[in-house]
Amino acid sequence: MSAIRIENLVKTYGAVRALDGLSLEVEQGSIFGFLGPNGAGKTTTIRILTGLAHPSGGHASVAGVEIGHNGALARRIGYLPEEPAFYGWMTAQEFLEYMGQLFGLSAAARRKRAGELLEKVGLGEVRKRRIRGFSRGMRQRLGIAQALVNQPEVLFLDEPASALDPAGRRDVLELIAGLRGQCTVFMSTHILADVERVCDTVGIIHKGRMLRVARQEELTAAYALPVFRVDVTGNGNQPLAAWAEKIGREGMVEQVQVDGNAIRIRVRDVENARGWLLHALAESGLAVERFEVVKPSLEEVFLNLVNEEVRQ
Amino acid sequence: MKLFWAVLSKELREQWRTYRFLVTLIVLSLFGLLSPLLAYFTPQILQSIPGVEGLSEVIPPPTVLDAIGQYIKNLSQFAILFAILLPMGSVSGEKERGTAALVLSKPLPRGMFLLAKAAAYGLVFALSLLIAGLAGYYYTALLFEVLPFDRWLVMNSLLWLYVMVYVALTLLFSTLSRSQAVAAGLSFAVLLGLGVVGISRTVAVYLPAQLINWSAMLFIQPQTAYWGSLAVSAGMIILALLAAWLVFRRQEL
Repeated sequence: MSAIRIENLVKTYGAVRALDGLSLEVEQGSIFGFLGPNGAGKTTTIRILTGLAHPSGGHASVAGVEIGHNGALARRIGYLPEEPAFYGWMTAQEFLEYMGQLFGLSAAARRKRAGELLEKVGLGEVRKRRIRGFSRGMRQRLGIAQALVNQPEVLFLDEPASALDPAGRRDVLELIAGLRGQCTVFMSTHILADVERVCDTVGIIHKGRMLRVARQEELTAAYALPVFRVDVTGNGNQPLAAWAEKIGREGMVEQVQVDGNAIRIRVRDVENARGWLLHALAESGLAVERFEVVKPSLEEVFLNLVNEEVRQ
Repeated sequence: MKLFWAVLSKELREQWRTYRFLVTLIVLSLFGLLSPLLAYFTPQILQSIPGVEGLSEVIPPPTVLDAIGQYIKNLSQFAILFAILLPMGSVSGEKERGTAALVLSKPLPRGMFLLAKAAAYGLVFALSLLIAGLAGYYYTALLFEVLPFDRWLVMNSLLWLYVMVYVALTLLFSTLSRSQAVAAGLSFAVLLGLGVVGISRTVAVYLPAQLINWSAMLFIQPQTAYWGSLAVSAGMIILALLAAWLVFRRQEL
């Protein structure tokens, strides 16, 4: 069963179509990266899926429950807004215990759960400090903790690491990666590196429409470039430039670029070229350090997809 | 019920920790305590001011009715001010900050979220008026005469009901708008508007402000009652909270 199922979701604000027939299925237990530029419709989608906003059209269900502001949905999900806000006069422990109360946990159970979560997100030592004195990173970690109070089946994270410094981002992404297998994570972001680090499936949204949904490896493979990169050691080798010139004359090769001790070879057919190139390298006498097919970064895939959409 | 208690207890703790309850309690108690004192000592204060010594001879000696009048006038004015200023940001502020979205993504019905706020303000004002009332009652008894305690209690209950009309209206306006200033402005506009409408005596007896007159009449003509005003006030509270709920349950956060 899909953890999230969205069919033709539409959301309009006056003349603006924030979501334009969005359809999507998210596999149970996956960490789904919901990727798109600012204003693509990521937050709107999450607000609809968490019952905080109403769709103008279409259907969606989360953990088998039809969306809307209802207790059945709220019991199954966790939600971290882009900029989580708390009651500053509460301590971190009090806030999590209050969240536990909203889920009907007993006093002992919510105290225990709050303690566990604060340790998990690294706020154990500041559990008795008022939240108003928390840094942005601490608030984000507390935000993740509050979203996990009810051990949700589906966890919605809206740009969980966008506003953090590199150290804070690393911590938060590690926390999210640690949730693999515990629940389905639906994480929106416009930062491609974050998706590459933790997500197994990626959905690319642009102007309220889903451009592509695929596993991360499939996506990068689909947009793989027919380019090999070879690194050689710098000392005692035959000149790389001479070899580059030689293979450049072969019919299988389209273009050769030498950059220091590295060479990029664009070929017509990756699979046919692989064996031939390895053989040619072995014959060349070059001391090879690295040989690989160049993988496109998710950023290149993303830009390709968006550019294709714009062209259409 | 457990859920309602959880939210109400959070609201009450918020009132306490943010000093709103304490400030309301201190200000109202101070006026409750000072009112009979001021009524009693005003002639003596006037006599001690150079140039207006003769004025004190014109003013009749203060009576218990002056003390009651002072008490009602001071308490109703300040309590109304607090009834508008305290709840003006209670919903709009939470919407603006984002705490409402976070909390209401949990299994908390929106009606309960609103009702807990109204109940918390109800308790804050009930307790503040009770302490102010006890202080006022004690000093009135000390300086003038012992009044029937049950009537004193009814008088404060009428004051509370009057205050709650504006608490409920401000909560409604706070739900309708995203700005605290707009919520407060609309409540003051209603206060002013009802004041203007109340110029007509036939209409005035049905308006919430008549509760203030009723509370004063309890010690002059105890048989006088303004049930119409009481019904309208209670109706306004219920309708305002109902309207707030109807609007809030459809609002996007």
